Amino acid sequence: MEVFIEQLINGLTIGSFYALIALGYSMVYGILKLINFAHGDFFALGSYIGYTVLVFASAFLTTHFGAWGMVGVALMIAALCLALVGIAVERAAYRPIYPAGRLPAVVSALGASIFLQNTIMVIWGPRYQAYPAELIPNIHLHLGGIHITLLQVVILVLSFVLMGILYYIIQKTLFGAAVRATALDRDTASLMGINFNKVIFFIFTLGPALGAITGVMVGMYYRQISFTMGWNYGLKAFTATILGGIGNLPGAMLGGLILGILEMFGAVYISEAWKNVFVFLILILVLIFRPTGLFGEKTAEKV
Amino acid sequence: MENKHQTNVTRFFGSGQNALIVILGIFILYPFLASNYFIDIAFFFGIYALLGLSLNIVLGEVGLFDLGHAGFYAIGAYTTAILNTKFGIPVLLLLPASALAAALFAFAVCSPIIHLRGDYLCIVTIGMGEIVRLALINNPFDLTGGPNGVFGIDFPAVGPFFIIDSSIEFYFFIWLVVGITIAGLLRLQKSRIGRAWNYIREDETAAGAAGINVRYYKLLAFVLGAALAGVAGNIYASKLMCVSPESFTFWESCLMFCIVLIGGMGSIPGVIIGAAFISLFPEIFRPFTMYRMLVFGTVMILMMMFRPGGAWPRKRGGPPFTALLAKTGENDA
Repeated sequence: MEVFIEQLINGLTIGSFYALIALGYSMVYGILKLINFAHGDFFALGSYIGYTVLVFASAFLTTHFGAWGMVGVALMIAALCLALVGIAVERAAYRPIYPAGRLPAVVSALGASIFLQNTIMVIWGPRYQAYPAELIPNIHLHLGGIHITLLQVVILVLSFVLMGILYYIIQKTLFGAAVRATALDRDTASLMGINFNKVIFFIFTLGPALGAITGVMVGMYYRQISFTMGWNYGLKAFTATILGGIGNLPGAMLGGLILGILEMFGAVYISEAWKNVFVFLILILVLIFRPTGLFGEKTAEKV
Repeated sequence: MENKHQTNVTRFFGSGQNALIVILGIFILYPFLASNYFIDIAFFFGIYALLGLSLNIVLGEVGLFDLGHAGFYAIGAYTTAILNTKFGIPVLLLLPASALAAALFAFAVCSPIIHLRGDYLCIVTIGMGEIVRLALINNPFDLTGGPNGVFGIDFPAVGPFFIIDSSIEFYFFIWLVVGITIAGLLRLQKSRIGRAWNYIREDETAAGAAGINVRYYKLLAFVLGAALAGVAGNIYASKLMCVSPESFTFWESCLMFCIVLIGGMGSIPGVIIGAAFISLFPEIFRPFTMYRMLVFGTVMILMMMFRPGGAWPRKRGGPPFTALLAKTGENDA
């Protein structure tokens, strides 16, 4: 039983990474119907920016803000930088292509992904980079026989707070209503006075910023980052998005968490080597029986 | 019927036939003038052309998002590799066997998922491609050799005396196969099947209402596309003499996707141009070393900005292709 709960917590940790990245995919898909292949690379770039801050400004930051403050500053700088990068990529690679339709935009997104990935490689080099150790004190907590680390607690709390904030913005505020309206019907929403460009600005700052924060957390958790990791996490997060029902934000969060748990249980109870096969098989099975994902609404076919 | 898009070409060469003769001449003379290195580049151009043509059936003709095509390619290559190294069956005989294996696999895998739409089909094909690759890495039944792959595949032998083993021979072999494929696909485009495919791409519901068996034709596209990818896998395996899982990643599927969209969906000359771009560009820009993929990504974005319908879009009597793309985008929304 203890092993089960520990693995559940490990799965939730990975799942919250997937969920935060999946939110970025899902927001862009909801508004633009575009699979933003560059999103995984936003995540990787964020991780590298956080790494640079933590390595090169550590002396300055620890004296002024303390160890926790340093992590906080790294998270914020990474998020801020990626918000800017997100807007830049949207302006340069996506905006000119909207009128041409969806498929050219997919190629453009792949192009942007290659561009970002190789930018990382040119700046930081093709080798793995190691995150500094013990940014957050390496304390092991024992709660009734269950063993978790402080880092996991921090990651889980931060992820759930971020997801909660995003959920609140989207579901409860007036601006969130505007975003949801735009996702439903862009033309009608503009007629109601919703500024489409503001909505675009919102999703292309918040999505990459969330990705960047996730990137820094992944760096602290696994302590090793590479310029290609955007692909792997992007693919998993995209899978999570589809699993939850694409364009549906709570669905993307739940999809990410479910995916993380499935992956962890697959690794423990089936086999480490076959865990991703297991994850993709579950995805395919879900889609065979629920073609619009677990929480996706049935859309009527337009004729 | 003369296609409209050939007018520029015909103006330059006098007639379409002359253009074809000039292109053929260049293709035949090229290997005698170029070094082995450049012949090999042209060989891989041929492989990508064949892969592009195979994905073009699924993505270009029927409009089904398939981002797992490398899976079919892998099945073809590994069928050849395993049957040749374990049982010593000649590689050339395995060409149809690889096609058949990939086609059967496509039939088995795609039958239950063929009803999925747009992006949901896309992720399922991605998942399928990843499952194939991961399975190959995990070495089931000790067949696939794990991450190292399978070594020591024979060269294709035509009869007892003629073995295809030099760069020039492989060059002619792949382009002969590409040529035959193009001839077949051009006829297929104009046939009842091709028209049914295009109808499904433009409007699936209307096609179904008009009496087209949508499910059957979609599956047919997957099966034919997979068979061609299997052929490409066979030739690839025999050229490299070894296969390993890292040749069949998600990245490879993305490249094929780009070949079709950069060239122009459903356009056979377009696919050849797309394959040329994908295979020749990184070679031409090799002097830029680290920066070449940066340039590659940028050029992909620029191409979509200035030619969203592809380099050589397929034109028909109806509205321009880009308009159709924009329209399907709206319909899916």
